[in-house]
Amino acid sequence: MPMMMLRGNESTAYAAKLARVKVIPAYPITPSTLFPEKISELIANGEMEAEFLPVESEHSALSAAIGAAATGVRAMTATASQGLALMHEVLFIASGMRMPIVMAIGNRALSAPVNIWADQQDTIAERDSGWIQFYAETNQEALDLTLIAFKVAENDKVLLPAMMGMDAFVLTHTMEPVNVPEQQDVDEFLGEKKINYPVLDPEKPATFGAFVFPEHYMDIRYSQFIAMEHARSVIDDVFNEFEKKFGRRYSKVSGFMVDDAEIVFVTMGSMTGTARETVRKLREKGEKVGLVKITVYRPFPKEEIVSLTKNAKVVAVVDRNISPGFAGAIFTETVASYNNEKKRPKIIDFIMGLGGRDVKIENYEQVYNLAKAALRGKFKEINWIDVDEEAVKEVEGTL
Amino acid sequence: MKISRGATITEPGSTSLEETGSWRTFRPVIRYEKCIRCMICWNFCPEPAIEKKEGENYPVANPKLIKMPVPVINYNFCKGCGICVNECPTKAIDFIREEK
Repeated sequence: MPMMMLRGNESTAYAAKLARVKVIPAYPITPSTLFPEKISELIANGEMEAEFLPVESEHSALSAAIGAAATGVRAMTATASQGLALMHEVLFIASGMRMPIVMAIGNRALSAPVNIWADQQDTIAERDSGWIQFYAETNQEALDLTLIAFKVAENDKVLLPAMMGMDAFVLTHTMEPVNVPEQQDVDEFLGEKKINYPVLDPEKPATFGAFVFPEHYMDIRYSQFIAMEHARSVIDDVFNEFEKKFGRRYSKVSGFMVDDAEIVFVTMGSMTGTARETVRKLREKGEKVGLVKITVYRPFPKEEIVSLTKNAKVVAVVDRNISPGFAGAIFTETVASYNNEKKRPKIIDFIMGLGGRDVKIENYEQVYNLAKAALRGKFKEINWIDVDEEAVKEVEGTL
Repeated sequence: MKISRGATITEPGSTSLEETGSWRTFRPVIRYEKCIRCMICWNFCPEPAIEKKEGENYPVANPKLIKMPVPVINYNFCKGCGICVNECPTKAIDFIREEK
């Protein structure tokens, strides 16, 4: 397997090539523009056999991907932030029509104010769209998870679209050594795309996404919900197959030094690396701290999160998103995951790294100190880390 | 009708399996003794929920028309839009509030 120096967007482009994606409709948007650029380069060089459609908007990009997937071929696109927001209604159509499309997202903040940097608000805002959601920590993961996303999405028991998020610039534009698998291995892993759903065929006409009465709509939504539940075990199986074939292990949720940890960080995406480094440093000082990384956010791995955090005293959830009026999404869902547990740790939310604000070791140390204070009973439920409180007080009057 | 994944329809004519009569608040009723069997209502019905039937067993406005087909409303599908009532040239269709 050749090692290549790749940016995150190139990782996902190579994944598209290796998955033998046949149709790629895309509309450029920072920080995902490199993806269509790389794809058109691969096609122009004769390295990839696919149809690249430069469409007029993200809404059209996903609509064209649905059309392509409805013919039975692999379709993929990439977008970010405002582009994903523009796709909003089409996201529900793709999942409702059960089209196994894969989309790479450069996780970026939403306007206003305009900001092009790392933030997971764009995909978190689409958590209810019926798409499976993966989040990469590295560019290697971005490539691997894109291949995995196809295999999960196309599984007979699932047939749902999947998005793979990678943080803007930190991954999308940063070069990392990436182990690019051999074509033959990917062919064996993914196989030829099966036609396991009705497709557009003049010989056998079909109607897609038609009108449905109240008598049936809810049952169709329920079947979509069940498919997402099925995805839980399918994702585990595909992770196992991937490990057998390529030697790299993935889990929906993975623990690091959690066994005896009193305080556990929960993170998702590129900010995990800094958290891991902080855990190592604190461990050297004898602190009982661990880390749980979320790789799959939809379906939400509730049982896995509980089993990795239930022995902790404080769970410090780090959210690179915020739902104004409540809390960060991972916090909300971690708390909900404990609904039926008798014994539960204290769960605290830390909002961090919005709009590309750097996530540094000292920020995690601050999180750790606040979590430690919570051990003694002193804590706030939602904590904004590394914000200028005085500046906010000045414009809003009070905090 | 059974649901399918993604609500994809692979057999034609599925709308004929979905009855829409329960949507109606007003029921059009043809008074055959005033009906001249012009079939304008049949032509205008957007559903279409007005069927063309052999007319020999229906009351007739003029005995000369007895061999002509009659419009018959299929209440399983009539949504009660009232277009037939509006279009009927002899005002032969009453429009009666549904009482349940």
